[in-house]
Amino acid sequence: MNENITPNVPPGTTASHGGLHTGHDGNGHGHDDHHHKQSFVSKYIFSMDHKTIAKQFLITGIIWAIVGGLFSVLFRLQLAYPDETFPILETFFGRWAKGGQIQPEFYYALITMHGTVLVFFVLTGGLSGTFANLLIPLQVGARDMASPFMNMLSYWFFFLASVVMFSSLFVQTGPASGGWTSYPPLSALQGAAEGSKIGMDLWIVSMALFVVSSLLGGLNYIATILNMRTKGMSMTRMPLTMWAILFTAILGVLSFPVLLSGFILLLFDRNLGTSFYLSDIVLNGQILPNEGGSAILYQHLFWFLGHPEVYIIILPAMGLVSEVMSVNARKPIFGYMAMVGSLLAITILAFLVWAHHMFVSGLNPFLGSVFVLLTLLIAIPSAIKVFNWITTLWRGNIRFTPGMMFSIGFVSMFISGGLTGIWLGNSTLDIHLHDTYFVVAHFHIVMGVSAFFGMFAGVYHWFPKMFGRYLNNTLAYIHFWVTLVGAYLIFWPMHYQGLAGVPRRYVDFRLWSSFNHFTDLNKMITVVSIIVFAVQLMFVFNFFYSIFKGRKVRSTNPWGSNTLEWTTPINPGHGNWPGEIPEVHRWAYDYGKDGRDHIMQTEPLNPNETKH
Amino acid sequence: MDIVSKQREKIHPHKFIMWVAIGSILMMFAGLTSAYIVKSNQANWEEVQTPQAFWWSTAAILLSSLTIQMALRAFKQRAMQQYRLLIALTVGLGIAFVVLQWIGFNWLWDGGVRFIGAGAGQFLYIIAGLHALHVIGGMVALTVIFLKAFFGKTRSYSSVPVEVAATYWHFVDLLWLYLLIFFVWLG
Repeated sequence: MNENITPNVPPGTTASHGGLHTGHDGNGHGHDDHHHKQSFVSKYIFSMDHKTIAKQFLITGIIWAIVGGLFSVLFRLQLAYPDETFPILETFFGRWAKGGQIQPEFYYALITMHGTVLVFFVLTGGLSGTFANLLIPLQVGARDMASPFMNMLSYWFFFLASVVMFSSLFVQTGPASGGWTSYPPLSALQGAAEGSKIGMDLWIVSMALFVVSSLLGGLNYIATILNMRTKGMSMTRMPLTMWAILFTAILGVLSFPVLLSGFILLLFDRNLGTSFYLSDIVLNGQILPNEGGSAILYQHLFWFLGHPEVYIIILPAMGLVSEVMSVNARKPIFGYMAMVGSLLAITILAFLVWAHHMFVSGLNPFLGSVFVLLTLLIAIPSAIKVFNWITTLWRGNIRFTPGMMFSIGFVSMFISGGLTGIWLGNSTLDIHLHDTYFVVAHFHIVMGVSAFFGMFAGVYHWFPKMFGRYLNNTLAYIHFWVTLVGAYLIFWPMHYQGLAGVPRRYVDFRLWSSFNHFTDLNKMITVVSIIVFAVQLMFVFNFFYSIFKGRKVRSTNPWGSNTLEWTTPINPGHGNWPGEIPEVHRWAYDYGKDGRDHIMQTEPLNPNETKH
Repeated sequence: MDIVSKQREKIHPHKFIMWVAIGSILMMFAGLTSAYIVKSNQANWEEVQTPQAFWWSTAAILLSSLTIQMALRAFKQRAMQQYRLLIALTVGLGIAFVVLQWIGFNWLWDGGVRFIGAGAGQFLYIIAGLHALHVIGGMVALTVIFLKAFFGKTRSYSSVPVEVAATYWHFVDLLWLYLLIFFVWLG
């Protein structure tokens, strides 16, 4: 055990963290602990090992991604073939798809749940939860998180939130159907729609549990990164993944509580008769007594989280991409400090732009112009990042691994989606473009698909660390090309639809003769969606197949990477390093230095080397 | 071996977690009190009188901050008898605080402030209620620490759990002071 560590352990804390062990043979899979037997439950279910918790988050996220993706296929069927009937849908969904056609109420429930599931359960829980848990202790050089117990709670709150959200799909009146933003009065009045009944309550409860999960996780991520770095691991020696996750966690910890306060007021309005968000409403011919409330108040509270939320989704992806790209270009990341600075700038600006979601909600136009300015400022750090990724690739010795392909794809997607952000950030253009398919195209490319690409890059790159095996490369390349081309084919045409004024969230455009010429385009988008969805199922097959049957990893550092996770055994036990935690002597990006391919962070400096 | 080690002689990670958590809780109350300010400028806003009981509850929670600080000092001096007494006293004052808040709520309710509407009264129920929930959470933590001091199988010399609990307790105390001043000022 580490001489530097043991004597300094605060006495008394040992009892609460008993049961920790490290594998001697470095093969922590199944037979590592000869002197401390762990039961199946404590090892795989209520585990406090950050690596196991990461896998739990990832697999839960994958299940949710399949569910959320399936929802989109269903509503795309309605959009492309409103005249056709699909009897199989009635078999599965009963009265929601009466006569084999998706009913309007069901359509709204589908888009609502698609958004909720993908934004929160997949790209927040699944993405941050997986890679923060897996990488933080491994890359900063710690045995586990600051509080492994809280970390375990974080997953199980996520699980509970998942169970509640999933159960809302099966209630009589259906799940929430007021959009993922759940604006009142639709979300606040039980009688407003089928989906505003019990489904909405379950949605709020599930989201509250989700917020608790995010906060428990975020507190741990921040404390671990700031307080538990190994000797020599100064902040500026950390890989960019750590910086990105740190800023993500800060965003979450500061913005999720505000969302929670908004939900609490919403719950009171729904069930106890308060009027925080309700005023002057006529519902089904009845004049409601509620007065003095403001629906705009909810929008402020919601978007104060809602906007940072999109950075909570994209920052970890940026971190993963920066790391994977540098490793596979065999070059140091270009502009490390500029990368950190731009992450910081995005984090600060994230809190100052929320009202750009509300340009047409009656916001004071003068206030709107301030938010336009602040919103457009985000283009600067974003452009710095894109420039640095491209210059990292420039004259690199690129290895086109699947992780690298997805990283490059991420940059392509981020540029394409980011450019339309400049359009939408202008309040005048937003008058025309708001609530059209242009917005749908913008955020799916820049946030949805980009974040998925970052996530895939991370999964392909760190799968060997997670399971000691590789994913199948052939399937990976098919996955990449079909997803990249498919994503552009799906979302690119939506820009034109949006410019023509096609509104989002509408169930049926048949009576709208000015949009008739989009009929064939809609069919094309739907067909491509189905193909892309099928390819994702192929990825899921690859994932689970490779856990058990994939090619085995033979060396501890298969990618020739510099960071600390590759100094652990191939299958690290709980505690990560069998011996001492390694000391760090240099930053994470010494690739191609002094004629050497790569120099790991643990290698001491030469006498004539300058410090970094 | 322990996960939490003083690898770099910095603030203990558990203490740091508490400070970040405090920032996070503050954001929730900042959200609620700013909603209060926004709403108070709109039509049909009704003000309420701050219940008398809230002044007594304020005294109770201020006093409890003193007792928990003394408990922490007693723990560090290993005066365990005194420490247990002071922790018990703190929990007792916490219970008194919550009961007094409840009495204050009842007084408001009997005075005709119901959930119908969207004035200062409805906000007060929610904001002070959420604060009381945070106090109850602190009391649960203190009770666990208290029971450990009596029945713990291992003798604990680390003051970190007590320090973390004390930090949190001072925080809910100061948070209440902020909320009270806010209510009196704007209510």
